[in-house]
Amino acid sequence: MFAAVGPSLGAVTLADGMTKTSNGEAVQFYVLGAVAVLGALGMVFSRKAVHSALSLAATMVCLAMFYLAQGAYFLGVVQIVVYTGAIMMLFLFVLMLVGVSSADSLVETIKGQRKLAVLAGVAFGVLVMTTLGHARLGTFQGAGPANAGGGNVKNIADLIFSKYFWAFEVTSALLITAAVGAMVLTHRERLVARKSQKELVEDRVRTGKRMTPLPTPGVYARHNAVDIPALLPDGSVAEDSVNATLVARTPVRDAVGLTAVTKQAMAVPRQGDAPSVESTANAANGGTE
Amino acid sequence: MNPANYLYLSALLFTIGAFGVLIRRNAIVVFMCVELMLNAVNLSLVTFSRMHGDLTGQVIAFFTMVVAAAEVVVGLAIIVSVFRTRRSASVDDANLLKY
Repeated sequence: MFAAVGPSLGAVTLADGMTKTSNGEAVQFYVLGAVAVLGALGMVFSRKAVHSALSLAATMVCLAMFYLAQGAYFLGVVQIVVYTGAIMMLFLFVLMLVGVSSADSLVETIKGQRKLAVLAGVAFGVLVMTTLGHARLGTFQGAGPANAGGGNVKNIADLIFSKYFWAFEVTSALLITAAVGAMVLTHRERLVARKSQKELVEDRVRTGKRMTPLPTPGVYARHNAVDIPALLPDGSVAEDSVNATLVARTPVRDAVGLTAVTKQAMAVPRQGDAPSVESTANAANGGTE
Repeated sequence: MNPANYLYLSALLFTIGAFGVLIRRNAIVVFMCVELMLNAVNLSLVTFSRMHGDLTGQVIAFFTMVVAAAEVVVGLAIIVSVFRTRRSASVDDANLLKY
């Protein structure tokens, strides 16, 4: 796509007095522009933060395509690598850390905030659009002269390492400060010493609540998944076999139904009875005369 | 197509981002809206760079990306530490300084 758009773009934009882009670029703009706007709207209106993050990633990929189409090859690649690759994944990591289901509360703390926000948003949009409509944008030069010579990457490198060298160096200090700052902010000082295994055992024996480790999920059940509670030999559900976080996040899968199924499957024939097909069928019907 | 359309798209994306900052409560989503605003401005910088045949716009967009990366790192660290102490990622709940 870009191989097709790129060269024709250069040819069109190099011409004098041209104020139009190629048709291919126009089609690309309208298609990807719609996707970008939909992604942005999806980010704002999604209830779940994960959906917001994925919508924003889609918008960012569209923007990268626009950069490439406009001859900013370096920035197009950096956009994909840094924004969609690194920053959005960082967002997703933090979402997983903070809890995926942290949905917004729908209660308004400030009265009428939503109405005012809509009003302010529309007003701002109208303001910027009309300003742009009245702006004198000058002649359209195109990416040709900027990318002439050694190409886009080399020309940008020439600028960064000569005219903007000082800013570039300060940037490195900024990045190091940010990395150290993130480490300081998320570092947790341990206030009490970590309990050793011996102390844990002693605690368990002293309180006498439960000596053994917690049961693993899915044992004696029909499935081996972590969100399926284990069933005790009598067919009842072992509540503490499923991680508390999982219980809080999603409703644990139908334990009652599982109990019935497991009872059927594990129905032991009575002593003296031969394990015949008939008795299994009886047990499956739940009826033992 | 007039290349100024890129500027209109950029303005639209910026507006959506600003609207999202106003209306959302989840601190992480608010942060994503800020990222969208930064991206929208980058798009207009790249478009201006192409309009004027000058690479300065792209260099500034590059620096914006670097600063955005640093900002995301620190901001998310703050959100994580607030979440640890308050057990909430809502911007409404971080109101201790009010009292």
